[in-house]
Order: sequence, then C-alpha cells, then structure tokens
Amino acid sequence: MRKSTAQEDLLRGIWRENPVLVQVLGLCPTLAVTNTVENSLVMGIATFAVLLGSSFFVSLFKRFIPNEIRISVYILIIATFVTVAEMCLEALVPEVHKALGAFIALIVVNCIILGRQEAFAAKNTVWRSVLDAIGSGLGFILAMLMMGSLREVIGYGTFLGIPLFGDSYEPWVVMILPPGGFLTLGVILLTLGYVEERRRANRVSAMSAQERA
Amino acid sequence: MSDPATLHDTAHAVPPPPLTQDVSTVKLVFTLVFAGVIAGVLLVFAFHATLPAIEAHKAEVLRAAIGEVLKGPARYETLYVLPEGISATLPSGAREKDFEKVFYGFDAQDTPIGFALVAMGPGFQDQIKLIFGFDPRAGRLLGIKVLESKETPGLGDKIEKDASFRTQFEGIAAPLLGVKKGEKSAENEIEMITGATISSRAVVRNLNQAVTRLQPLLLAYLDAQAKVGTTQEESNPKATASTPNRVVPVDADLRSAAP
Repeated sequence: MRKSTAQEDLLRGIWRENPVLVQVLGLCPTLAVTNTVENSLVMGIATFAVLLGSSFFVSLFKRFIPNEIRISVYILIIATFVTVAEMCLEALVPEVHKALGAFIALIVVNCIILGRQEAFAAKNTVWRSVLDAIGSGLGFILAMLMMGSLREVIGYGTFLGIPLFGDSYEPWVVMILPPGGFLTLGVILLTLGYVEERRRANRVSAMSAQERA
Repeated sequence: MSDPATLHDTAHAVPPPPLTQDVSTVKLVFTLVFAGVIAGVLLVFAFHATLPAIEAHKAEVLRAAIGEVLKGPARYETLYVLPEGISATLPSGAREKDFEKVFYGFDAQDTPIGFALVAMGPGFQDQIKLIFGFDPRAGRLLGIKVLESKETPGLGDKIEKDASFRTQFEGIAAPLLGVKKGEKSAENEIEMITGATISSRAVVRNLNQAVTRLQPLLLAYLDAQAKVGTTQEESNPKATASTPNRVVPVDADLRSAAP
C-alpha cells in the first residue's frame, strides 16, 4: 500500500472519510446533543481537543505500550483528557456544560477517538498522528455543525439564539427532540449519498462519451 | 472431527507452538500503574486549576437566583434547617454541606423581605430544582426560578423559559392550585402551560410540598426572633439595630430567667 502524504492525513478526515458522515461513527453525541448550534459546537470542540491530546500521547508513547494492554492504556489516556475537558468546560462555559450533561463524560466511549488511536496513532509518527487527529476532529465538528444548524433553525427558528423568521414562525418542536436527531441525520446521509451517486453516474457517462468521441 | 486418528494426525503434522509470553506480567502491571499515576497527577492539577472558577460560578448562580426570587434584597442571611428547627448557626462539628439552607433576605432599610427556599421534586423527566421567594407570615410566594430541570426541550422547559408562567407565582397565596389555561377563577390558581401540563403540575406540587414542610419551621423561627427582638428592646432601648453579637447574651438571659 502506498504511503499517504501529510496533506492527505490532514484532509482525509474532514470530508472524504468524515468520521460521522462517511464512517458513521460517533453517533451517540451526534444524535443526542445537536439540538442547538452552541451545544453542537462545544461538543465538537471538546471532542476535537480530546482526540488531539490522545493521538499525540498515544503516538508519543507507542513504543512503551505493550500490545497486550494497549486498549487499557488508550482508554486511560482518553479518559484523562475527557475529565480535564469536562472540568475546563464547567469552569469556562457552565451553561453549555449543564446542557450537555452526561454526554461530555461519554466522549470516553466515542469510537471515533479510540478508532483513530488504533487505526492511526498507534502506527504512525507523532506529527502525522496530530495531523490525522486535526482532520478527523474538524470533520466531527463539521458534521456536528451541520446537524446543529439544521435542527436549531427548524426546531427553534433561531441560529446561535438569534431569531431568523420573526414571530409568525411556528417551530417544528420535533426537530429538537430526540426523533429530530434521527430525521436530520437520515436526511443528511441520504442527500450526501444521492450527490455521490449522481457524481459517479456523471463520471461514468463522461467516460463513455469520451470513448465514443 | 472427534475421531482420535484425525486428532493424532493434525497433532503430528503441525506441532503446537509453545506458549510464549512476549512481555512479562510485571511489565504489564508496571506500565498500567505508571500510566495511572501520571493520569492521576494530571487530573489533580486540572481539578485544582478549575475548582475556583466552578465554585465561584455556582455561588454566583445561587446569589443571582436569590436576588431574583426576593426581588433584589440588599443583603441576605444563610440559615440552616436543623432537626430541631431553623437556626443561623450550625451545631459545633457539623458540616455546612449536610444541611438544607434557607436564605433570609432584607431590603435596604433592613426590613425583612422574605425567605428564599429551595424546592426539589420529581418532574416529567427528572428532578426539578426550584428556588422561590416566600413570605411565611402572609403565606405568599414572591417569585420562582428553576435552578435545575431536564424537562422536554421546547415543551416542558417552558416552566423555565415562559415568563408569563413564572410571573403568575409572584404574590400568590399558598397552597397553589393548577388549572387549565384560561380557567383561572380564584386567587391561588395557576394556569398550566398548554403542552407542558405534567411539568407545570410538578412545579405547583413541589412548591406546595416545600411550603407545607417549611412554613411552620419558618414561623417558629420568626416568632423566636421577634421574642428576642422585643426583650432586647426592653432591656436595652438604645440598641435599635439588632446585631448577632447582641442577640446572644439576651438569649442567654431569657434562658436563665425561664423557670
């Protein structure tokens, strides 16, 4: 297999292998806390920070971690960062911390993070692992923002708390309730799948047109 | 497959590899312990770094809530609900955290406004924690504020966000009674929020329970205070503003005078 370049390591996670939209990992926070843009953003940033810190330390210490207990050590590293992140959020943005509730602690079991440690940080240099973590983290923030924007705009009629439609807008309350998370994710995945399919069909027809010419 | 010949054949063809242990158990244990110690040390640092901000915010939230439900008191005293009644001082050796607190608010002229009380009870999803201003003599609420709730976003959380629901509690006499929207006919009735009936009812029920539980204690406390106040004025007419320091000796006098 060809070695990937640094740029590919960085960009891969953002869109082409987006952890949520393509790999469909980390759905628990994606469905649970994306009812407003603010919650989504804070959750995204917290996960980003944990992912970055964990990837850095896992790739730094990979030589000293025996294979038999690697998962335990990864989880220990991840859990430490999650706890630190939780305390920082409570100190810095207490209101959002309250709204996110148990889901901050649950970043520990977000499979995006453990997945990146196993699939990348455990086998690559510190520099590449950090790039990979940044890419995947940004990809996660992007997906969270897509979910959060759709749900808040439709469900509350606001964006980051700013009213968009005036008083006559009747909010679709279902969008900010748990079912709204499933609906939104379904619609996003369907749209992306459809666009991808169209693009592939276009490519095929362009190729056959070239052949005919 | 259980044929002994087959078993023998396979065993003969491929000798099983000897069980080797790449890493000694000691090293595994040592690595985990080491990682755990480092993680623990990091957490202690993070905890101490963030604790002041977290505590300050909690105190600020409580202070703001007390200010809101008592309509801006100039100052307030923290009182403790002890088994034998409400008291301004804790029994020696007791920890502050172990007791329920009530807050006694005064305005700029040092006239008592009322008490801020915390009411906690089941809501639709989880416990709802409310703080409310209460005047025990008149039996009237002064205002309420939701401190913690996990009610349904968009429906049940209107108990926090719907100002027209909250303002109904200002100046209303307990016990409260919840009625449907538009059916308010008596002074102590609260109109429920449409679509959030269970959450609204829970608020009313929790408030009523807290009032029933705490009102007698508060009245007893006020009576005791009034007694102390009058005795003090008789014995020492020059002392107008009662300071806690003065209260103590007078209280001791009362006790010795009693048969």
